[in-house]
Amino acid sequence: MALLEIAGLVFRLPARPLLDGVDLSLPAGEIHALVGTNGTGKSALAYLIMGCEGYRLDQGEIRFDGHRIDGLPLFERARLGISLAWQEPARFEGLLVRDYLSLGRNKADVEDCLQRVGLSPADYVNRKVDKTLSGGERKRIELASVLSLAPRLVILDEPTAGIDLLSIREIIKLIGNFKQRGSAVLLITHREEVTRIADRASQLCGGRIVCSGDPESVAASYQGRACRRCDGRECHDG
Amino acid sequence: MGELDRLMLALDQRGIDRAVMADTATAHLMASGQNLLSRREVPGLELDARENADGIAARIRVARDAHIRQPLHLCFAVLPADGRQRIDLDLVLEEGAKLDIVAHCFFPDAERVEHLMDARVEIGTSARLDYAEAHFHGPHGGVSVVPKATVKVGPRGFYRSDFSLTTGRVGRLDIDYEIEAGEEAVAELTARVFGRGRDSVRIRERLVLAGRGARGLVKSRVALADDATAEIIGIGEGNAEGCRGHIDCMEIVRDRAVASAQPLVKVTHPLAKITHEAAIGSVDHHQLETLMAHGLSPEQAVDLIVGGLLRRGDAPGVVTFKLAPVAAMRSSQ
Repeated sequence: MALLEIAGLVFRLPARPLLDGVDLSLPAGEIHALVGTNGTGKSALAYLIMGCEGYRLDQGEIRFDGHRIDGLPLFERARLGISLAWQEPARFEGLLVRDYLSLGRNKADVEDCLQRVGLSPADYVNRKVDKTLSGGERKRIELASVLSLAPRLVILDEPTAGIDLLSIREIIKLIGNFKQRGSAVLLITHREEVTRIADRASQLCGGRIVCSGDPESVAASYQGRACRRCDGRECHDG
Repeated sequence: MGELDRLMLALDQRGIDRAVMADTATAHLMASGQNLLSRREVPGLELDARENADGIAARIRVARDAHIRQPLHLCFAVLPADGRQRIDLDLVLEEGAKLDIVAHCFFPDAERVEHLMDARVEIGTSARLDYAEAHFHGPHGGVSVVPKATVKVGPRGFYRSDFSLTTGRVGRLDIDYEIEAGEEAVAELTARVFGRGRDSVRIRERLVLAGRGARGLVKSRVALADDATAEIIGIGEGNAEGCRGHIDCMEIVRDRAVASAQPLVKVTHPLAKITHEAAIGSVDHHQLETLMAHGLSPEQAVDLIVGGLLRRGDAPGVVTFKLAPVAAMRSSQ
């Protein structure tokens, strides 16, 4: 049985359906890359899985560990073991990194989590999760906080955006770390080299999964463009 | 139990070590209502305090180049439900002096209490004053706190003040501070207030950067719930070359609370610069969802965000402000 199962998911914007019949299945412990051009609804799919406000299914269902979760509030989904690392993580005035990394129910080793994202605990545990952190630092701390939660499913929304090229390797290694710890990963990315770490990959275009399979073949098909069938026009036009 | 014992107990209950008041190396001044309960001087710090018709008049002077190692503790309280306390304070730091002040203000059972403060502070050349004032109020909201201060910071002097009223009901708070910073002086003011019920908060802080290269920050962090109201007036003036100032106001409102912010910026020298930012609104949605994605309920997430906002910059640990008891407070009115 898949850990995450999405069937016939439809999510409409006022003018058009953004997601129009998405089917996706993610087994436990698998890294699944989701690629697609800007505006195809990758982040929207992440928010729908997580249950963010303003993201409710128009049709279809989302199951986690066999149970429907699409009616549950966000924090209850989180308590089931789903977590999301936002592309642009929020900043918090007055909240220390060590406290932010201790929010989960599991007593995580804060220092270990920081080291795994390439940050020195001595330099960061007493920093605040506020605007004094650079974009790259904040992103790493977000990844460390997701690690600290030990989720069963982690959704990473563009985890390498805003990260320097040299650090991308570390992030790729970290994504592998989630898998080693038993987490399934839904990896939303534009980067082909990041896609390669996945066990499987899918391309989202025109509101649907248009291509699924091994990461190499999906990446070859995608290459930063809309799908071959529509070239960014037909799919969107339905 | 005498007033001094009750005040000591109040310190205990707030996690403040009462032994500090017995420490002969630590200066203090303790007053309940119009009664002067205890005072201690230390070498380099003169402290003269007298009772008068409606409170306490105190004069504090730190001698030139004296660095007072332990903070001066000021404890002011009105312990009964009714009362009035007026603190008349003259504080002088002579050239090169250094002093930290920790002020504790207790009004645990206040139903009809007035606490007035009139302070005149002079910080000499290269002197440094760090002043932290924490209020501990009870659940009734029956206290009116009206602190007024004029502060002059001399050349290369440093003044930092941190006012916090986040425990219990505010009642009515009306702060009026005037700060003038001289050449290369630094002044930083922070006010952190959590208003609930029908609390009323008014904070007016005017920072005048008068000397060349003076720098200053006026920061307000206010959270409001229920029917509380707040009016924050931050005034920054830059009157000399190289002055840099910033007015920063953030207010979170919930329920039927109403907040306003009026930053006023005035520059009279072309090489001075004053900036301001003000943000008023409900709890940031993205912050809320980020915390909920960590498994926190909406209530826990709001408490954490508000707690962070009201937390002192260098204070350790997570401070959480439980909003849940507010309803209970309201029903007890």
